[in-house]
Amino acid sequence: MPNTRARRAGRPGPRRHTRRDLVVLGALLGIPILLDLALIWGPTLASVGLSFTTWDGIGDIQWAGLKNYDNLFTNYPQFWPAVRHNLLWLVFLGLLAAPFGLLLAVLIDRGVRFSRFYQSTLYMPVVLSLAVVGFIAQLILSRDQGAVNAVIGGRNPTDWLGNPGLNIWMVLLAACWRHTGYVMILYLAGLKSVDPGLKEAAALDGASERQAFFRVVLPTLRPVNVIVGVITVIESLRAFDIVYAINKGRNGLELLSVLVTDNIIGEASRIGFGSAIAVVLLLVSLGFIVTYLVQELRGEQQR
Amino acid sequence: MTAPATTTVPPALRPAPTTPAPARRRGRFGVHLFLSAVSFAFLAPLLLAVYASLRPYEETAKYGYFSLPRQLSFDYYQQAFADSGMSKYFLNSLLIAVPGVLLTLFLASFVAFAVSRVRIRGGIVLLMLFTAGNLLPQQVIVTPLYVLFNKIPLPYWMSDSLTMYDSLWAVISVQTAFQLGFCVFVLANFMRTLPREILEAAIVDGAGLWTQYWRVTLPLCRPALAALGTLQFTWMYNDFLWGLVFLSDGDKLPVTSALNNLRGQFFTDYNLLAAGSVIVALPTIVVFLLLQRHFIAGLTLGASKG
Repeated sequence: MPNTRARRAGRPGPRRHTRRDLVVLGALLGIPILLDLALIWGPTLASVGLSFTTWDGIGDIQWAGLKNYDNLFTNYPQFWPAVRHNLLWLVFLGLLAAPFGLLLAVLIDRGVRFSRFYQSTLYMPVVLSLAVVGFIAQLILSRDQGAVNAVIGGRNPTDWLGNPGLNIWMVLLAACWRHTGYVMILYLAGLKSVDPGLKEAAALDGASERQAFFRVVLPTLRPVNVIVGVITVIESLRAFDIVYAINKGRNGLELLSVLVTDNIIGEASRIGFGSAIAVVLLLVSLGFIVTYLVQELRGEQQR
Repeated sequence: MTAPATTTVPPALRPAPTTPAPARRRGRFGVHLFLSAVSFAFLAPLLLAVYASLRPYEETAKYGYFSLPRQLSFDYYQQAFADSGMSKYFLNSLLIAVPGVLLTLFLASFVAFAVSRVRIRGGIVLLMLFTAGNLLPQQVIVTPLYVLFNKIPLPYWMSDSLTMYDSLWAVISVQTAFQLGFCVFVLANFMRTLPREILEAAIVDGAGLWTQYWRVTLPLCRPALAALGTLQFTWMYNDFLWGLVFLSDGDKLPVTSALNNLRGQFFTDYNLLAAGSVIVALPTIVVFLLLQRHFIAGLTLGASKG
């Protein structure tokens, strides 16, 4: 907007802050920055540093080079299963929960009756804590007292949450229960902002409803797709509460986040080693975070 | 919104329906069938938990979960409250979430104001710093924080453990620092949409920076603040990890982490566990039902930019 810029340039000199303004700015900007550096970024860097040491949290910190990483990749049986589970989480949420959320959003957005009711119901699980979701999963899936086995009956009840080949899938279903509603809300908001004229133009041009959706509506939802992608990745990397609530993330439910927690609050406090796992988690997520921020930054410049 | 979007087009301009009307109606019916089936499937676990919590365990053990009730009572709720001292844990959760939310909103709104309305150098960098911080997995920072909190001494009147570790202060400060990122991001985007002229008028009138922030900008942000407040309260209340890691004294645990610790005694009685889960879930569900609009607005504010 050249007009406003010209007016701004015409104002006498750059804006000057009084002394009081500077104090306010310094204090109220300083506190959050300090908090963020001290409690988020400082510890992140410290994690990286500690990952090269063998430290039990009490004695001296000893440099270990890449030993922790070497141990982690070759000598720690839980590591690769945990990686696999995290990936599964990503695939499951990304390929099942997210498209399902989109489908629900599209159906509700078509303006069916009771859409408010559907929307609230489908969204309800999102407000539950993942820990509570974990407990409810136990209620339904436990071997001896679970509702599912009560329905199926039979002499040999299935141990849905105890069988290490089976439990991860059950937990993923529970995680989807929550993720779907979240994704649905995001897409609903996105769909509301799609210009209805676009859809009508597509219909006038003889596009079928499906064609109109995939060729016209979905491309305009690109920003929402990005957000959903970011949230899905982050949620998959952060997954923790639900498995920890079920069985502390053991016996088939290992996740990277659980391994980190186990190494610091477990009996043997292996801070250096736990940090190495955290760094792996950090590196993976940083890739996505940077991609996302670059995208945001571009949008910022276009504004 | 029950009216289809096509009603905005004058009838003469409306394209002839490509499918005959009966087929379309059947389509509608199918959609309803599908949506109600999915809704029911989504609600079922919750309904089951509520139902189970109202019946004595012996009854479900004998007749199964889906039998008709012979006896309904709130006994389990009473038991969960009395035996496990849920009220104490609720108080802990409130002591963490309420100051946490207020502090986060206050600090974040000022950062957002500085980034989006005051032309300071490095504004974008700041924005990125906060936003990226919120996206990190919690476990990345948990170890050093654990060590750090163990080293920070606090006077006895603030923490009976004499360190930051094992005190609510640890949890509140981590929650605040972590959630700052999300709030800064959302509020900065929101403030950008406010008309610039209002602020400029205030500056011409000689308003200082604080007045520009507190009296001019913040009141305009009320909808965004309400949305974020609701959302943040739910998130902080639902948090599980921070309480688990930074508190060792069982009496200080927030209600979600406490439920986990108490599971041992619930193990034999799943109906009691159901009651506990319902109790823990109730506040967020109530908040959601009452403030649904704000709640959803909060999520989408963060998502649909500008």
